[in-house]
Amino acid sequence: MTLEPLKSEIEANVPGCRLEIVANPSPSAQHSLLIDSEHALAVAAYLHDAAHLCFDYCSNVTGIDWPAREISEKVKVKKLVDGPEGSAVEQEVEEVRKTQTIGHLEAVYHLYSMEKKHGPVILRMRTEDRADRVHLPSLTPIWRSADFQEREIFDLYGIVFDGHPDLRRILMWDGFVDHPMRRDYVEPDDYEYEPTAHDEVLRKAMQHHSETA
Amino acid sequence: MTTSTAFPATSNITLTPSPDGGDSQLLEVSMGPQHPSTHGVFRMDVALDGERVVKLKPIFGYLHRNHEKIAEDETYLGSMPYTDRLDYFCSITNNWAYALAVETLAGIQVPERAEYLRIITGELTRLQNHACLVGFLMQDMGASGTPLMYAFREREKILDLFEALTGARMMCNYMRFGGCRVDLPAGWLQQAQQVVEAFPRFLDEYESLLVSNEILMARTQGVGVLSKELAINAGITGPMLRACGVNYDLRKVDKYGIYDRFSFRVPLGEHGDVYDRYMIRLLEMRESIKILEQAMRDLPEGPITDPKTKIRGFRPKPGEAYGRIEAPKGELGFYLISDGSPNPYRYRVRPPSLINLTVLEDMCLGQNVADVVIILGSVDIVMGEVDR
Repeated sequence: MTLEPLKSEIEANVPGCRLEIVANPSPSAQHSLLIDSEHALAVAAYLHDAAHLCFDYCSNVTGIDWPAREISEKVKVKKLVDGPEGSAVEQEVEEVRKTQTIGHLEAVYHLYSMEKKHGPVILRMRTEDRADRVHLPSLTPIWRSADFQEREIFDLYGIVFDGHPDLRRILMWDGFVDHPMRRDYVEPDDYEYEPTAHDEVLRKAMQHHSETA
Repeated sequence: MTTSTAFPATSNITLTPSPDGGDSQLLEVSMGPQHPSTHGVFRMDVALDGERVVKLKPIFGYLHRNHEKIAEDETYLGSMPYTDRLDYFCSITNNWAYALAVETLAGIQVPERAEYLRIITGELTRLQNHACLVGFLMQDMGASGTPLMYAFREREKILDLFEALTGARMMCNYMRFGGCRVDLPAGWLQQAQQVVEAFPRFLDEYESLLVSNEILMARTQGVGVLSKELAINAGITGPMLRACGVNYDLRKVDKYGIYDRFSFRVPLGEHGDVYDRYMIRLLEMRESIKILEQAMRDLPEGPITDPKTKIRGFRPKPGEAYGRIEAPKGELGFYLISDGSPNPYRYRVRPPSLINLTVLEDMCLGQNVADVVIILGSVDIVMGEVDR
């Protein structure tokens, strides 16, 4: 399904929504639509209800963690440099500029239509950052299949889905505090290792025992 | 077409106050995690009014080992044997779904003989999974021993074939990106043909013994009814969806691999109850036999992998792909994101049995506590896949 006509159609029918096509350079060519969280429910409802689209089946819902990155780019800058005999000469110098991105969490929905037998249309939503502005609207009111999968994202990635009927941890236990699927998750040093004669496990075990001894 | 604002209504269940004036107390029962009926370490918090279920909350995670995180620290090929451990009854279809996702991601072609081998092994997997499931379901209903052992006897013949082909009964690790790992050993095809030829006799026997059995019908008909609208909305797939009468089989819809070359039908149920889910499995086995007969007849000679595909040091170009197949339990999908490194940046399994459990409470409300066991049995779950 080509996304450009779909995008303009949604924009015409859901006033005020901001959509963006996220290109996928791989041979699969499964491009996706980035939707803003304010209008996400309205966009989803339109995709579900419009008779010729009829995306009645939300197959896969998942989270992705995009941590903060440092982007370094080389820029040419004009600078005054010390020339011969104390004079200043303008010269082009290459400089490396480093910018820090904030990072975000992403939720991805794969939609199909059981009635029309077409798809997928891929929706993405992004949180503002990874720390405390991690709220996204839940699409469970539209597709109930998102119920357990959004709980799983909440559990493993820490995205809070507003409007979810029963947002609790699903795979980890209730007392667990962190989100283990995040890229920067560090596993706590609270288990009993079984040292093997080599490898990473032994190194960790030695470290553990030296700390607790 | 359902409305988008609220969940579609489930079956018409009304909870009446108990005869003594509605002053009865609810009994909370924790079924599982160590319970013979839960098919693994799975727990349900059930609230009962007398014998009737008024609340049921499934509790997962006892077998959680963060499969996805482990796979993200592993190379693409390194995760292939690990997919066996998801749904450990159907390792070959797990391999297939993962291979299909990677092939979509990297644009790899599969030679024709390998496509046929995938169909043959995949449909054999479906046969043994469904045979086991009907056996387990009878066991859950109290038909102790015999039906399950009949099913296991047939399954063992198929597992012998897998062992001869891949070296392992259950952890087959058979697929590779762009093909299969090993070609058929000498005499394998003849042996497989014999197994497939004899299989309808087992089905006839099984059906004549049990399909019109009065106790079976009394226990299953009208029990655990799932409406068509709710099934679609809750993303139910596989035999459970088709038992509700929704014609959605990825072998027909996506025509992945070479499924468009075979003629077979998609059995559909009508009532969406436990009996329909049981019958769908029996009928699907007959269709699988049809596919197997055609595939074994037409199996061409040729290579089983593209010699140009690079298996070690495999780095797909950045991008993402979602590949899905019709596994015996429903739609099994893999969602992969590559950042150009040897490990996937994101590796996601869409487990059919977890998502099929979404409607467990809806199916059980208003039923007797003894029916919960068979309703859960008819969903067909494997905890290795549910908890990952």
